[in-house]
Amino acid sequence: MRGVAMVGAGMIKFGRYPEKAVHELAAQAALLAMQDAGVTMRDIELLASGNLYQASAMIGQRILKEIGQTGIPVINVANACATGSTAFREAYTAVASGAYDVAMCVGSEQMGKMGLLGGGGASSGGISPEGIVGSGLMPAVFGQAGVEHMRNHGTTAEQFAKIAVKNHKHSMHNPYSQYQVEMSLEDVMNARTVAWPNTLYMCCPTGDGAAAAILMSMDKAKQFTTEPIKVLTSTLTSDPYTERDLTMPDVNTLTKNASKLAYEDAGVGAEDLDLVELHDCFATAEMLHYENLGLCGEGEAGKLIDAKETYVGGRIPVNASGGLLSKGHPLGATGVANIIEIYWHIKGQAGNRQVEGAKTGLAHVIGLGSACTIHILQK
Amino acid sequence: MAEAETQKKQVKPILPFLQLPEDPDEKPYLAGSKCKSCGATYLGARMACSKCFSTEPMEDVKLSDKGELHVFTIVHQSAPGIPTPYVAAIVDLPEGVSVRCNIEGVEPDPKNLQFGMPVEMYTEKVHTDSDGNDIIAFKFRPAK
Repeated sequence: MRGVAMVGAGMIKFGRYPEKAVHELAAQAALLAMQDAGVTMRDIELLASGNLYQASAMIGQRILKEIGQTGIPVINVANACATGSTAFREAYTAVASGAYDVAMCVGSEQMGKMGLLGGGGASSGGISPEGIVGSGLMPAVFGQAGVEHMRNHGTTAEQFAKIAVKNHKHSMHNPYSQYQVEMSLEDVMNARTVAWPNTLYMCCPTGDGAAAAILMSMDKAKQFTTEPIKVLTSTLTSDPYTERDLTMPDVNTLTKNASKLAYEDAGVGAEDLDLVELHDCFATAEMLHYENLGLCGEGEAGKLIDAKETYVGGRIPVNASGGLLSKGHPLGATGVANIIEIYWHIKGQAGNRQVEGAKTGLAHVIGLGSACTIHILQK
Repeated sequence: MAEAETQKKQVKPILPFLQLPEDPDEKPYLAGSKCKSCGATYLGARMACSKCFSTEPMEDVKLSDKGELHVFTIVHQSAPGIPTPYVAAIVDLPEGVSVRCNIEGVEPDPKNLQFGMPVEMYTEKVHTDSDGNDIIAFKFRPAK
């Protein structure tokens, strides 16, 4: 496998675009990414398109019908919340393998207001077991995952809430964020509970969005930029057998496995990271991933947020973008957007939320079912 | 006439691994399968072992109706039509199987739920389908 560089990024502000079709949002992001990289559709040799809710609608080809039908191979990807980052990985492996020199990935989603509470499908009895035989919906799954951390480590509801306070504060400096509302600990804790211990402001909003990236071989990248950003690793894992996983999705083990593989592959460790964008679909999730990604020791995540070490300006800034909690979580777009946030910081283009001197950053995404991606970028 | 209709009516489990024996002396139970090679035990039937990959047919096991509360959440907001709040939990059974379930018999408040508290399974009718069949679900409650 050869080295891969990221040379362009484009995304639209996450929000609600009921007047647009999802491939139009995606095409907008693709045009921005190509403009940023200084390429046109003539240069793109492969497109990987990530979209979950319209996985059967050939969104990738629809994007090309908007911006240029060059006849290149198109891969449409669906991988739950890791859909976008898996599309990024398809573009990465296409270039790393030597088969293509320039590849584009576009992640897009249009969720409207339905969000993660949809689904729950009927069983053989003609009635859904959801809410009668426990809950498989994301708020309950991540509520339980947080409660397990409480059980194991004595973590408190207040500590989880502090994570939401941090991310909402960070969002104030991110013009791409769906919400930019600073909140106090009281605001977060007094909001209505969705699934304990997560209150409304500890759950990511749903919405629409699109994000795109251009990847090139190192040699090719040097034709377009003097400062190619290296993609040190593109790691993807699924959930291995663990005792309760089939009943209670184990979001920890596959992330731990992915971080171990990613650090080995990249030749860097958690101590080398200048910032992290991780999958805070719920405030409880961020707490778990502090430990899963090795940002602190086992059981120390609560202390990490108490000491504000994951704020911009702290020891290891996490979710400088405002995270999914503020930025929004349009499923297919999320994974690409997380990588772009790292890219912008390394390029020094993150505006008022810039992590000063950022050279190395990690983007983590998890999709329930389960899929985990980790990408590490370096100047 | 009414009696004839009653006879046609069936009793169906909400999920396939809930067994509802016809013999009224036999209690409903959760069916599991155990790997003959590594002993890993699963809720319901399986094609092969997820832990050791053995493809040898699994042993059917009748799972215990008593277990311990592993974790829970109190769901206050859910999909349309689902009554809230309620306790959505994961219960560990002594066979090494975990079950997703509702905990009933306590007010849905974290202070009423302790990690590891003993719970027991019971069944009740939760729905009548369009053909008039009773749909039976399993639930757990604090053990007496």
